[in-house]
Amino acid sequence: MANHYYNAEDLNKFGKVGEFQKEMADKFFDWYGEVFKDSALSAKEKSLIALAVAHAVQCPYCIDAYSSDAYEKGYNEAQMMEAVHVATAIRGGASLVHGVQMMNKVKSIAM
Amino acid sequence: MKSLKALANKLADTDYQLEVLQREPERFPSFEEQLKTIGLFPLKPTGVEVFQINIGKMCNQVCKHCHVDAGPDRKEIMTQETMQQCLDVLAANPSLQTVDLTGGAPEMNPNFRWFVEGIKALDRHVIVRCNLTIIRANKKFYDLPEFYKKHDIEVVSSLPFYTQDRTDRQRGDGVFEDSIKALQMLNEVGYGKEGTGLLLNLVYNPAGAFLPPPQEGLKAEYKKALKQDFDIEFNDLFAITNLPISRYLDYLLVSGNYEDYMQKLITAFNPAAAVGVMCRDTISIDWEGYLYDCDFNQMLNLKVESKGKHISDFHLEELNQRSIIVNQHCYGCTAGAGSSCGGTTA
Repeated sequence: MANHYYNAEDLNKFGKVGEFQKEMADKFFDWYGEVFKDSALSAKEKSLIALAVAHAVQCPYCIDAYSSDAYEKGYNEAQMMEAVHVATAIRGGASLVHGVQMMNKVKSIAM
Repeated sequence: MKSLKALANKLADTDYQLEVLQREPERFPSFEEQLKTIGLFPLKPTGVEVFQINIGKMCNQVCKHCHVDAGPDRKEIMTQETMQQCLDVLAANPSLQTVDLTGGAPEMNPNFRWFVEGIKALDRHVIVRCNLTIIRANKKFYDLPEFYKKHDIEVVSSLPFYTQDRTDRQRGDGVFEDSIKALQMLNEVGYGKEGTGLLLNLVYNPAGAFLPPPQEGLKAEYKKALKQDFDIEFNDLFAITNLPISRYLDYLLVSGNYEDYMQKLITAFNPAAAVGVMCRDTISIDWEGYLYDCDFNQMLNLKVESKGKHISDFHLEELNQRSIIVNQHCYGCTAGAGSSCGGTTA
């Protein structure tokens, strides 16, 4: 049993999750592959979205994978950092917009 | 920046490079074993058609990824006598239809133009791997586009990306700007323009420790960006994988990327790409006239497994029967969509 929660080498073992439940894993990876193909959005655009989402969900494996993938596909450093800012803005905004709920509640109970 | 050789770097020694490549056999399965699993070992030629000649290691650039370890400090240059031996072999072997001239900067060889004219007199298709900046390096090279046009040469040029940052990081400061000017000069005489028949093909190779993205999508991006930003046109784009040898191997080791990169190449091993590797229809000749299976084997000093190992002892039938020498660097040509001097292979 490892004494840590994340190990970079585990990313290479992702495909082996089917060892415990093959049918669902196969369906997941087929679907995953389909999602990232060139379609209405290009594979390149999808890679940048994935990079932003990886930061939003704070998945270190996904950040490694899509930092490489987005750079390989031709995005530069500034573009990639702006994508991270977009994710951050949405995360920050998601908290802040709840401030309206707080305001509503306070206003409802205050004299 | 200097060549590994001038810096007396250990990796200038090809035996040491091979030793590095063969480390950790339990982690990195041998390329030979991979070929055996798909029934392709020993790897045999499909018939030699391409004659790739490296006419010298001298270059006006010092690119970080260069597998030749070329640069201004490299003085190895093919002599006119060796060139004449190549011409004699070409004359005697009409099936060698394509002659691919590379370097270094091949144009820096003082007998380059004489050699090209000699090959064209034999009615062969000639490719020149032009680094672009040589056209702008000195006034004596300004007329190269006209020279290429006059002899209907296919020009193949590295442009690692359509933006300055990635290009200059790999090839040196100012290379992008000079490359753009050179491409515009080639366009001016008709290269890359529809209907002229003058072929101008670009080469993409990754500026870092990663594999190339799909060639077709990248080509569309290059076409759009170069046209929009610089009014440049070209014919095709070849996406080439960097092989872990020479200066690129040094980069991988120094940057701590070697193991991950090898793993990436091995994981991406594609049997279809292995079937189409360029060494099956190519013979590579070095500046001294020695024969190799490809330009990479040449840089690792792995001469052909054939009785005749020199241009003065060239026997096509014997070469067509030989077994091609493979090693761990070959994973670079079989990863993903495959890689060759003409781009993807699968």
